[in-house]
Amino acid sequence: MTRARPLAGWGRHPVRDCTLAAPETEAEAAALVAAGPVIARGNGRAYGDSALGVPATLSTRRMNRMRAFDPATGVLEAEAGVLLADIIDTFLPRGWFPAVTPGTKFVTLGGMIAADVHGKNHHRDGAMGETVLWLDLLRPDGRVVRCGPGQERALFEWTVGGMGLTGVILRAAIRLRPVETGWIRQVTRPARDLSRAIALFEENAEATYSVAWIDCLATGAAQGRSLVMLGEHARRDQLPDDRVARPFRTRARRRLSVPFDLPGWLLNRYSARAFNAAYWNAGLRGAGVRLVDWDSYFYPLDSILGWNRVYGRRGFAQFQCVLPLDAAETGLQRLLNEIARAGQGAFLGVLKRMGAEARRFSFPMPGYTLALDFPATPGLPGLLARMDDIVQEHGGRFYLAKDSHLTAETLRRTDPRSAAFARMRSETGAAGRFVSAQSERLSL
Amino acid sequence: MTKPPILILGARSDIGRAIAHRFAAEGHPVQLAARAPEALEADRADIALRHGVEVSCHAFDALDHAGHEPFLDGLPELPGIAACVVGLMGEQEENARDMDAARLVMRSNYEGPAEILARLANRFEARGSGTLIGVSSVAGERGRASNYVYGSAKAGFTAFLSGLRNRLSRTPVRVITVLPGFVATRMTENMDLPAPLTAAPLEVAEAVWRAHAGARDVVYVRRIWALIMAVIRAIPEPVFKKTRL
Ligand SMILES: Cc1cc2nc3c(=O)[nH]c(=O)nc-3n(C[C@H](O)[C@H](O)[C@H](O)COP(=O)(O)OP(=O)(O)OC[C@H]3O[C@@H](n4cnc5c(N)ncnc54)[C@H](O)[C@@H]3O)c2cc1C
Ligand SMILES: NC(=O)c1ccc[n+]([C@@H]2O[C@H](COP(=O)([O-])OP(=O)(O)OC[C@H]3O[C@@H](n4cnc5c(N)ncnc54)[C@H](OP(=O)(O)O)[C@@H]3O)[C@@H](O)[C@H]2O)c1
Repeated sequence: MTRARPLAGWGRHPVRDCTLAAPETEAEAAALVAAGPVIARGNGRAYGDSALGVPATLSTRRMNRMRAFDPATGVLEAEAGVLLADIIDTFLPRGWFPAVTPGTKFVTLGGMIAADVHGKNHHRDGAMGETVLWLDLLRPDGRVVRCGPGQERALFEWTVGGMGLTGVILRAAIRLRPVETGWIRQVTRPARDLSRAIALFEENAEATYSVAWIDCLATGAAQGRSLVMLGEHARRDQLPDDRVARPFRTRARRRLSVPFDLPGWLLNRYSARAFNAAYWNAGLRGAGVRLVDWDSYFYPLDSILGWNRVYGRRGFAQFQCVLPLDAAETGLQRLLNEIARAGQGAFLGVLKRMGAEARRFSFPMPGYTLALDFPATPGLPGLLARMDDIVQEHGGRFYLAKDSHLTAETLRRTDPRSAAFARMRSETGAAGRFVSAQSERLSL
Repeated sequence: MTKPPILILGARSDIGRAIAHRFAAEGHPVQLAARAPEALEADRADIALRHGVEVSCHAFDALDHAGHEPFLDGLPELPGIAACVVGLMGEQEENARDMDAARLVMRSNYEGPAEILARLANRFEARGSGTLIGVSSVAGERGRASNYVYGSAKAGFTAFLSGLRNRLSRTPVRVITVLPGFVATRMTENMDLPAPLTAAPLEVAEAVWRAHAGARDVVYVRRIWALIMAVIRAIPEPVFKKTRL
């Protein structure tokens, strides 16, 4: 029997004692489920406690083989533990790129499906679920059921976005998108305030990728000032001459790593305000069209391995909500007021227009999503509670892959779908077999 | 230029898999060998798909002496590189009392691996080329109460590799000894290992690749282990026998 050891998500908080077993085969995984309850864990990039079992945790890191690829259609069949980074390494040189990607490539296929992750193209192309042809799910009774948009559809729609709570995804088939190069043509458009940022998103609904960096500490007339970044996959004929011959060859990025915890005070001293102002000014200077390699464009933080340690030992909390279109601007304003008032260093504020809602329990809805991280300080719980109220008042909801602090109450009120989700779980036997620290906290 | 195949003996281990991927990424065809070759099918497809190299699977039991020659004859071709990661740790408690268990550990870490590499060495010598890679362990550098049955067999294997290297030094055939410290694998899954001293299987594979590409004969995985073992070897026996390491 494996021993329980401290385990956490990417935010390093909370920490729970979990047993972590890494089966290699379907039979080994089924044995763990039979002995359940258990929760699947991919690469642990969810910020909070979604992938912490209480205590049993099933790591998919040994179920990480690619099975087949069809170069005619771009369909890849792989085990759930395959890393997105490996998919890119393997298929970008052959002219294929993930059709949907989150902001880090160190996630697994199973984790991307379970959270129904969204990327910078959500407004146009939808979330991860749109790219899945089928998945094989290990159910509470040990059976493996293949589900997808065209078969066992209800199970599929609960599972994609179901945070591991319907079963263990063993393998899946996903569609990649063809690309001509490994480069992105990025256009940066400064927005002097929040309304302008929103207007830019709406005007650029046709752009493949759009996302904004938002200065959450600017106040007054500059409140919500943003750099809106639009992107398109560059075609070969858009590359400079010296790159055309090797369109997928981008310079290898230097890897920095943060091997030790930095002291928690560092972020206060080099205040986030100064950082944000500097970033804004650099953004203004760099405005216009630029060719950016795929890695820097999609995964800016991945070049600093272990960057979660810059927040020190006490860790940090992520906050990500989505507000429906009609309430987005006023809701965002109130959130920004609250953040500026609290003066908590919010390093990275990301604003993005989301597209359609799909599937039964996944996060996205048409509107605006705001993602931030905060160092875990004594004042944080109060701030988060006030922000939660604002989200609720404006009809918004929260992203479970980033959550570590919601209460069951708040979830029920912000996301009425959660009651149906919990009912489905108890009716299918999933409630007794698949349990995470998060599902317990949220009474799912 | 086509690259020579690498044969992985013990291909179902985490370290064996990692080495296979590392060499395949450089374009080497791969021959996977293990006791349950049907379980290698998923790895075969995976390696072939990711790296675009030929991959074959073969049944191999290090302790089945009679099977060794037919096994080698059955490979698609004599490999250019052979890496042996076969090993068995067992439970020291059990190994101290149950001689059948102890014998299996001794044979699995020394007899089997040494014998198959000896056969390959002779074929490589006759051909006039090849590299043998033996994954032994720092546990073989000094016997300790906590795992001396395993450690002594690894000591035998390390000495065997050193002698083989000495014998073949005037031929083009190379012998590389790999001495991992702690590695996070199935073998050590239930042990509490200190993170700074524990390598990932990929690091072992990287060290093996670098040794192959360079000229080192003996490699530790995570350099700190060379220092740790130098200290451990230097402790005088009257003191050492009282330690609990
Ligand atoms: C720097 C950074 C940027 C990010 N950017 C984005 C972004 O832009 N968009 C976005 O949507 N998300 C983003 N995320 C969140 C991340 O994409 C998700 O949390 C994702 O689920 C992490 O995948 P993982 O493999 O690490 O899964 P884990 O964190 O290990 O697990 C996450 C959830 O998936 C479940 N799960 C994992 N594997 C399986 C399986 N095989 N079967 C069933 N359930 C499973 C777990 O039970 C858990 O509920 C970001 C995270 C980081 C650290
Ligand atoms: N993990 C560590 O901390 C560590 C440290 C130093 C050295 N090492 C050495 O590294 C090597 C790989 O170990 P690992 O950590 O990856 O553990 P592992 O998964 O237990 O690997 C051992 C492998 O040896 C194979 N094997 C055992 N007896 C065999 C036999 N008679 N015939 C054929 N194959 C046999 C096993 O095959 P099956 O799959 O068929 O069982 C298994 O794949 C071992 O030699 C080990 O001693 C490990």
